[in-house]
Amino acid sequence: MQIYLPVAELSANWLLLLGLGGGVGLLSGLFGVGGGFLMTPLLIFIGVPPAIAVGSEAAQIVGASVSGALAHWRRNNVDFRMGFVLLAGGLFGSTIGVQVFALLRKAGQVELIIALAYVVILGAIGSLMLAESVRAMRRQRLTGSTRRGKLHQHTWLHGLPLKMRFPKSKLYISALLPFAVGAFVGLLAALMGVGGGFIMVPAMIYLLGMPTSVVVGTSLFQIVFVTANVTFLQAWQNQTVDMVLAVLLLVGGVVGAQFGARLGQKLRGEQLRGLMALLVLGVAIKLAVDLVVTPQDAFSLGGGRAH
Amino acid sequence: MSRAARAAALLLALLLACARDAAAQPLVADLSSHEISITTGFSGTELLLFGATEGEGDIVVVVRGPAGPATVRRKSRVLGIWINTDSVRFEGVPSFYRVASSRPLDQVGTPGMRQRHQIGVGAVSARPPEGTSPERLAEFRDGLVRAKLREGLWNDVPGQVSFMGPKLFRTTISFPPNVPTGIYNVEVFLVKDGREIGAQTAPMRVKKTGIGARIYDFAHRHAAAHGLVAVLIALAAGWAASAAFRRS
Repeated sequence: MQIYLPVAELSANWLLLLGLGGGVGLLSGLFGVGGGFLMTPLLIFIGVPPAIAVGSEAAQIVGASVSGALAHWRRNNVDFRMGFVLLAGGLFGSTIGVQVFALLRKAGQVELIIALAYVVILGAIGSLMLAESVRAMRRQRLTGSTRRGKLHQHTWLHGLPLKMRFPKSKLYISALLPFAVGAFVGLLAALMGVGGGFIMVPAMIYLLGMPTSVVVGTSLFQIVFVTANVTFLQAWQNQTVDMVLAVLLLVGGVVGAQFGARLGQKLRGEQLRGLMALLVLGVAIKLAVDLVVTPQDAFSLGGGRAH
Repeated sequence: MSRAARAAALLLALLLACARDAAAQPLVADLSSHEISITTGFSGTELLLFGATEGEGDIVVVVRGPAGPATVRRKSRVLGIWINTDSVRFEGVPSFYRVASSRPLDQVGTPGMRQRHQIGVGAVSARPPEGTSPERLAEFRDGLVRAKLREGLWNDVPGQVSFMGPKLFRTTISFPPNVPTGIYNVEVFLVKDGREIGAQTAPMRVKKTGIGARIYDFAHRHAAAHGLVAVLIALAAGWAASAAFRRS
């Protein structure tokens, strides 16, 4: 049951990897997210070097997102104009991210930064989601129906220059805004091995004010290209993409996601989001504890193998 | 089973040959194989080392993998979290180390001899940068040894070299799944009264073969092309997997 991962240079149980892909795929189908933010930490927990986990997970997300992106394209749910601005930012952010990643690796700090990024981002997102879903559940109990707050509010963000029309999203906003969102998410994609949908989707809805009908399709469109860029650059500059690992996770993930999506239709939205929030917080807490608890041995062999 | 049977037959034949030669040389030894191939299903392996001696003495076997630099990092607590704050780069560190002996190491030879031949994990070569203070060197060297032991790449408890009769000996050397590739050096020493009276070395090779080796080579030699292919494979696999699932 062992398979040798040629680039990671370690042997792992391929059934475990398929199962891991399937399990995370199930959750991602259930909650409608990419699952990179769960898979990368899990890979690290089972002993895959963090740099390989991040690089290979980027490749897995390319594969996991492409069919979804195509489906949304066919249903005309992609705002290409918005997508290209986000993508420009994403390519910019992810290219810088990969360079930063290489520097951190040399300095022996890449594991720390990956863990810190996960703790901060997952901690924040998890807390927000949990608070939101608790509020929604309470509101539903009071009024018997879920209501949304006002989506479109005018703030200083709307005074920025380089205004652009986005007819499909019915928006007239500064192009700097989606560019910045794309760049931030691209940076995280390179550093954390995630697609970034869990940040992109809320940012599109609450920050840019895009209609929800085009949010998922546009975000998937952007994710495919940004993670493809991360995969290419990580493979080229850091040699940290293991395709045997990525394909095993991908196959498990695609199958799991199909079951997850079916299961998801039977559960209520607020409960799902609450569960998801707990899961996200759980991963953040586990990583935070690992950073704070005294390590078994303060000494380790680091940074790049000697060949 | 057939592999074990073949190894046993080989062992017997070579032992007989060795026993005859041993009259001329104080020590003759060989490995069941001089090459380890890391294939797709590789999950570690064992090699058999066997030989014969003329006269009595202790047998010590030292296996070392290709040497190279090794950076040891130390974590300390900064603002409540553990961060790598210090590092020492050692040169000439064997990537892999195994020692086996017919008696506890401290009863074999002299400390000077053990140091010279890198017998025992404390004697394995690791050159620190010049000007490293002795205390710092000791700390980081111990850290290096512990890290190598955790990875299963070095051993501190010597393997057992067992004698069959007065002259024939054998031991097994285990190689974990993460065994580094390259040229290995296997040394066998015959030690008597604190002196080495015979020695033999045998080279050995660990290499990747098959599709795994090709992928690794491609990923490192043509990194940009590998990146492009990786993206294409991911796109194709993702599309194919979901298409297959939709149909069924």
